[in-house]
Amino acid sequence: MTTHKLWRFPGGLVLDGHKDMSMQDAVMIADLPPQLVLPLQQHIGEPAVAVVKPGDRVLKGQLIARAQDYVSASVHASSSGQVIAIEERPIPHPSGQNATCIVIETDGEDRWDPDKTPSGDYQTLDASELRNIIRDAGIVGLGGAGFPSFIKLNPGAGGSIDLLILNGAECEPYISCDAMLMQERPREVIDGLKIMRHALQAKYCLIGVEDNKPDAIVALRGALSADETKFIDVVTVPTRYPAGGEKQLIKVLTGKEVPSQRLPLDIGIVCHNVATAAAVHHAVTLGEPLVSRVVTITGENLEQPRNLEVRIGTPFSSVLQQCGWHPKSNDQLVMGGPMMGFAVTSDAIPVVKTTNCILALPAPQRPSPVAMPCIRCGECARVCPALLLPQQLYWYSWSKDLDKVQDHKLFDCIECGCCAYVCPSNIPLVQYFRFAKTEIWSQEKEKRKSDLARQRHEFRLERLEKEKQDKEERQRLKKEKLRKARGEKSETPDPKKAAIQAALDRVKARKEQQDSGARNVEHLTDAQRKAIAEVDERRKHLKTDPPATPSTDPQAESVTEKKTDEI
Amino acid sequence: MKFKNTLSSPHITASPSLTRTMLWVVVALVPGSAFYVAFFGTGLLINMALATLTALASEALMLRLRRRAVLPFITDGSALVTALLLALALPPFAPWWLPVLGTLFAIVVAKHLYGGLGYNPFNPAMVGYAMLLIAFPREMTAWLPPTSLGATTPEFLDLLNYSLFSILPADSTYDSISMATPMDTVKTRVGLGETISDIHLSSPGLFSTVSGTGWDRVNLMFLLGGMWLIYKRVVAWQIPFAMLSTLALMATVFWLIDSEQFSSPWFHLFSGAAMLGAFFIASDPVTAATTPRGRLIYGAGIGALTYIIRNWGGYPDGVAFAVLLMNMAVPTIDYYTQPRVFGEERN
Repeated sequence: MTTHKLWRFPGGLVLDGHKDMSMQDAVMIADLPPQLVLPLQQHIGEPAVAVVKPGDRVLKGQLIARAQDYVSASVHASSSGQVIAIEERPIPHPSGQNATCIVIETDGEDRWDPDKTPSGDYQTLDASELRNIIRDAGIVGLGGAGFPSFIKLNPGAGGSIDLLILNGAECEPYISCDAMLMQERPREVIDGLKIMRHALQAKYCLIGVEDNKPDAIVALRGALSADETKFIDVVTVPTRYPAGGEKQLIKVLTGKEVPSQRLPLDIGIVCHNVATAAAVHHAVTLGEPLVSRVVTITGENLEQPRNLEVRIGTPFSSVLQQCGWHPKSNDQLVMGGPMMGFAVTSDAIPVVKTTNCILALPAPQRPSPVAMPCIRCGECARVCPALLLPQQLYWYSWSKDLDKVQDHKLFDCIECGCCAYVCPSNIPLVQYFRFAKTEIWSQEKEKRKSDLARQRHEFRLERLEKEKQDKEERQRLKKEKLRKARGEKSETPDPKKAAIQAALDRVKARKEQQDSGARNVEHLTDAQRKAIAEVDERRKHLKTDPPATPSTDPQAESVTEKKTDEI
Repeated sequence: MKFKNTLSSPHITASPSLTRTMLWVVVALVPGSAFYVAFFGTGLLINMALATLTALASEALMLRLRRRAVLPFITDGSALVTALLLALALPPFAPWWLPVLGTLFAIVVAKHLYGGLGYNPFNPAMVGYAMLLIAFPREMTAWLPPTSLGATTPEFLDLLNYSLFSILPADSTYDSISMATPMDTVKTRVGLGETISDIHLSSPGLFSTVSGTGWDRVNLMFLLGGMWLIYKRVVAWQIPFAMLSTLALMATVFWLIDSEQFSSPWFHLFSGAAMLGAFFIASDPVTAATTPRGRLIYGAGIGALTYIIRNWGGYPDGVAFAVLLMNMAVPTIDYYTQPRVFGEERN
């Protein structure tokens, strides 16, 4: 096996793995719960739309909610039974909110839909057929992001890509589901990878695995046939958080940096998670949609931490109980890893497609809840893999100076948590950055809204003007008609008056010409012209209709909106 | 079952603490302070005690007035560090009100009136020092001769008597006890037209081969303590490195031009507050530049200004004013030295 040249990404941390504790037992299939709760949205994009109704009987693998829009993913029944409700239920989300879910009462038979059909040899299928199969199977990125996978299997305009990377780094502590999958079912991962390679027409494939998973590396290498080694290389990367971040892994494996605010595809690279590859294999080769996944159930509060193959929709409480869980209310229950996962407020929430780990930690590990002031020591900047200055971002987020926050490239933050991990003042930095991001998004939304209100207002003015003119015209015609009916001579303008009017018009026209000619607008860029035009537009309104002018005052804005709504 | 705990990620931390960082700074000051006491007497300890008491009392009072939690802030160690640094900058032969006034000014005005820990733009210890130097120049420039030199070096009780009650030891006057520092001596006499070699010859024992007797060792110890802080990553290497190399570079250039008018680079590096300033004062993260490149610029600025003030300014040492001047430039330096973000093109 040739050694692959490796690069280093900036920043990062060496963390305690805590992975062994959940890797003692082989992956087992989790118990079938009496109820499955399947949210319509388990992915990035538009929620799916339910195609079943309460009372319907469903079989395992049957479509129960169809993807809407391009960026969306279908949902399938993860066991056989009866739909008993489609209602709001708590879902795993950082906000702790509820969302629409399809609730299935299982019948214990776990019967597959007989209609499921393997697609045969993937090599006979073309790329778009493969993408459709993967789309219909409801496959999303299983590493945690949940972006619909078929979109990332489109090579774009060129029709092919240079490099397909499978991400098996699994850099977060505690999580071991990808490690177990690679170790126990390496063929599924490799077969899925080959299907993805076919769809993307990728020239070469790399599987990046952190060096704390030697068994997974051995298993993958052992499973590769001699032919496959010509285009697939299993690469051991150093264990350093967040090596599993997409951009970080690409840097480590290729030395290339994905340009800021752009996608790996822009540099000819696509990156998928190893579990996603296995799911693709299931969908294409076996005709099975995404109905279950391997989940790590771990943490110091469990008697038997382990990995389970869990049906999507199984409540957290059900899987936790299989691992010896004795809940206390000051426990910390986290979905995802300890660095990027979020605390959940209820154990009734279901396992979804992006649930890679359920972490039952004892009461907060954060030593002191009191955040001290930032002393600008710069430790955060030293560990930031995006090379940001978290101390400055914090300062500007805290003071809500949103322009400066963006000057400091807030949107390059991947929220990996390295900064908050090392902060000697215990400042929850990531929380501040999330806050600033949402603040900026909502401001942009407001701006769009006020632009829309302005446009509607202008349109209304125009329409009113037109109506007024139409009315005058109608009245004039009516008068004319009346006069004609009375046999009167139609009104002819006084020639003297007309001459005066014409002279006045000429003066006015000349004056207007002078006004516009007085400005130096000859050598301006388009952007400048546009800006001037916008200002003129605003000024015009100021002159004609001051109170209804859209302003930055939110109250004034709502008034404008109401007005336009009423018409 | 419901869970109350919804803290934002990450859910684990390295659990470092501010207090520990500050304590490391205190530990790193020990060797330099010990040599200081050995060469210039126990006056430093009196100043340190007075400054520390004043710092803790005024810190507690200000936290109360500002309605902040007293305990977490008083135990963070930052007031202690300010007090110790100010005491190290004061002459070891000083009336009690000198450290007390200086510390009060540092904690109340320079720190808390600007918003407390993390919000002060100027280094509190140096603000206190500068205020004292401007208001009480006579008291602030009266240093003691190194113990090896003066038969009249006062004992601890004499110093305490002087500090608390302004009582001088019998048969001595203020001027017979105190004397200028080597750097001050060179500056004054070069100004009077003497050459450096003449000055060295006419003041036996005051100068060593490197710099001033005692001053060389004290600076060396602060250098060692500072290196340890860099090793512990309490101090960013860029600031001391840039400050000392700029100071040395400028000193070398002028010394090569005229070694009778300008002191040697090693004299500058091992005199006055050079090492204390580089590793413990300029490197105070709250008031220093925070970007890697910014720290180099900030440190270089302090080094250059220190040299300029030492040679052509009106004060015996330039570190305090150099630091305060560069403190003002920090926001600008930080803004224009943002590092390249991951994925941005290298220029």
